[in-house]
Amino acid sequence: MIRLTGIERTFIVGDEMVRALRGVNLEIAQGEYLSIMGPSGSGKSTLLNVIGLLDRPNAGTYALDGRDVTGLSDDELARVRRVKMGFVFQFFHLVPRLSAEQNIELPMVLAGIAPAERRKRLARLLADYGLEDRAKHCPEQLSGGQCQRVAIARAMSMSPLVILADEPTGNRDRHTGQDVLAVLERLHHDGGTVVVVTHDPEIGSRAHRRLRMIDGAVISDERAPDGVQERAGGAAT
Amino acid sequence: MRFADLLDFAWQVVRGYRTRTLLILLAMGIGVAAVVAVTSLGEGARLYVVNQFGSLGTNLVVVLPGRSETSGAMPGVLIGKTPRDLTLDDALALKRSRAVRRIAPLVIGAADVHVGARVRETPVLGSTAELKDIRGMEVALGRFLPESDPRQILPVCVIGAKVAAELFGAKPVLGVWVRIGDRRFRVIGIMARQGESLGFNTDEIVIVPLAAAQALFNTEALFRVLVEAKSREQIQYAKDDVEEILRLRHEGERDVTVITQDAVLATFDRILRALTLAVAGIAAISLAVAGILIMNVMLIAVTQRRREIGLLKALGATGAQIRLAFLTEAVLLSMGGAAGGLAVGQTIRYAAVQLYPAIPFQAPWWALAAAPATAVITAVLFTLAPARRAAMLDPVQALSRR
Repeated sequence: MIRLTGIERTFIVGDEMVRALRGVNLEIAQGEYLSIMGPSGSGKSTLLNVIGLLDRPNAGTYALDGRDVTGLSDDELARVRRVKMGFVFQFFHLVPRLSAEQNIELPMVLAGIAPAERRKRLARLLADYGLEDRAKHCPEQLSGGQCQRVAIARAMSMSPLVILADEPTGNRDRHTGQDVLAVLERLHHDGGTVVVVTHDPEIGSRAHRRLRMIDGAVISDERAPDGVQERAGGAAT
Repeated sequence: MRFADLLDFAWQVVRGYRTRTLLILLAMGIGVAAVVAVTSLGEGARLYVVNQFGSLGTNLVVVLPGRSETSGAMPGVLIGKTPRDLTLDDALALKRSRAVRRIAPLVIGAADVHVGARVRETPVLGSTAELKDIRGMEVALGRFLPESDPRQILPVCVIGAKVAAELFGAKPVLGVWVRIGDRRFRVIGIMARQGESLGFNTDEIVIVPLAAAQALFNTEALFRVLVEAKSREQIQYAKDDVEEILRLRHEGERDVTVITQDAVLATFDRILRALTLAVAGIAAISLAVAGILIMNVMLIAVTQRRREIGLLKALGATGAQIRLAFLTEAVLLSMGGAAGGLAVGQTIRYAAVQLYPAIPFQAPWWALAAAPATAVITAVLFTLAPARRAAMLDPVQALSRR
């Protein structure tokens, strides 16, 4: 479904050129549960952004469902992103002046979906994520875990192909972190493709396939057999 | 994005950033209020003058002895070289013109009017019966001067309302003999209260037949001749005929000034319109300044809302959608501000009317339409650059600020 070939991404920081991604090759099939781990600066967030069509590579090709999306314009990327990708950010990025349900329906509003259809999907999402009684509250009135669930519901509102989560448990307490993971794993269980970026090996090891990155390159790509969780650093496949 | 959702989104922004909203509303409101208030004042002044001139009498042409240096001079201004007298024969000759309906010669002076023991120095106007209709005057009691040969001295007079009140009080007026100067006249009528009309106030004067006034003041020369053209279209013909007739009678000399009410009116109208436009222009500049304020406020908003814009783009908003969102906010805010400004402007106009009821303050229709339109256009124009900047934000970078 997703095929990245020879992806290069270079940033200009001050006077220097920083190669965030060096010749990355990656294939992701539908329904995989993938984690990307590595130290800070290894390029894992950049890789996530490229996969999610949020960032364009400087070189290499990206094929999504057989279609070459490398050369798309910003607006075209936005349109594909809108329906195929769901982002869950580390810091939620909920719009503070909008209520929980207004935040969740934001992607649908941007896509021009009719209000009746929006309400239907919204009702289902609120039920799925246990947010029915918090629907009209603003983010500042919600707990961290609730905010994260709103963020996930938002990511799911357009029924995307891939859920991309950047440090979903990054700055939360253990308990809420487990909650969030449970939600993500349920998504995967229901057939979704989930990609998680994390620096925490315990979180990363729960994924069925684990990538490790250092300095912009993928140095290991392990698959765990279904149902068995290996600790990080186990034998490569 | 659906239009209703776009409006809703913009409305949420407007509600969410109150200070910014208030600033822009204020800027737009003041600009629009200024334009409305100022043009009301200007238009009011113009209408006042036009109406005042209008009450001079329609289709009026005024002949003055002496040539004025500039055309379009006000009645009453005499600038010229040694003026040849305007005589009664001159005036009567003007009737020959086919464009002239009637004429009224005028002689004016001041004399003591005695009623019993009471005396009042009063302006005395000598004219003919036609004066009443030419000037649209109304008689309250009795009648105006009788139609007669203007060379005939009839010892009758018509007095103004104020003069009557002061000299007679509550005593009967009609039929009473009064002494004006060294002659006696019988009062045959009292003028209705008229009020001021560009310096001509019948309340304060006494009107006698022309020949009587000429004898009183010992002069053959006419002060003015009032000429009424047959219709509005014929005013110019009347004017030309009058000039020609008098030129021929005065041995080829153009030594009279002929003023049409139209010309004077037109001059005033032009001046006041120009004044109103000029002031409206100044007020419009204030709107432009408001536009610059908006641009700054919007630019700050783009910076403030970086993360939100980055998020929207991450969620799949195109550049065009971001731009549209900002422009919609600008339109919403400017329309709100303009509406407020219109209300304030009209309030000021209302207050002015209370203070000076005589003047018909009224904002011209073009100001009421142009001010809000300018406000909205200004807001949109000055939001284009900030909107573009927002649309070009890179989502990854915009989101990365903590």
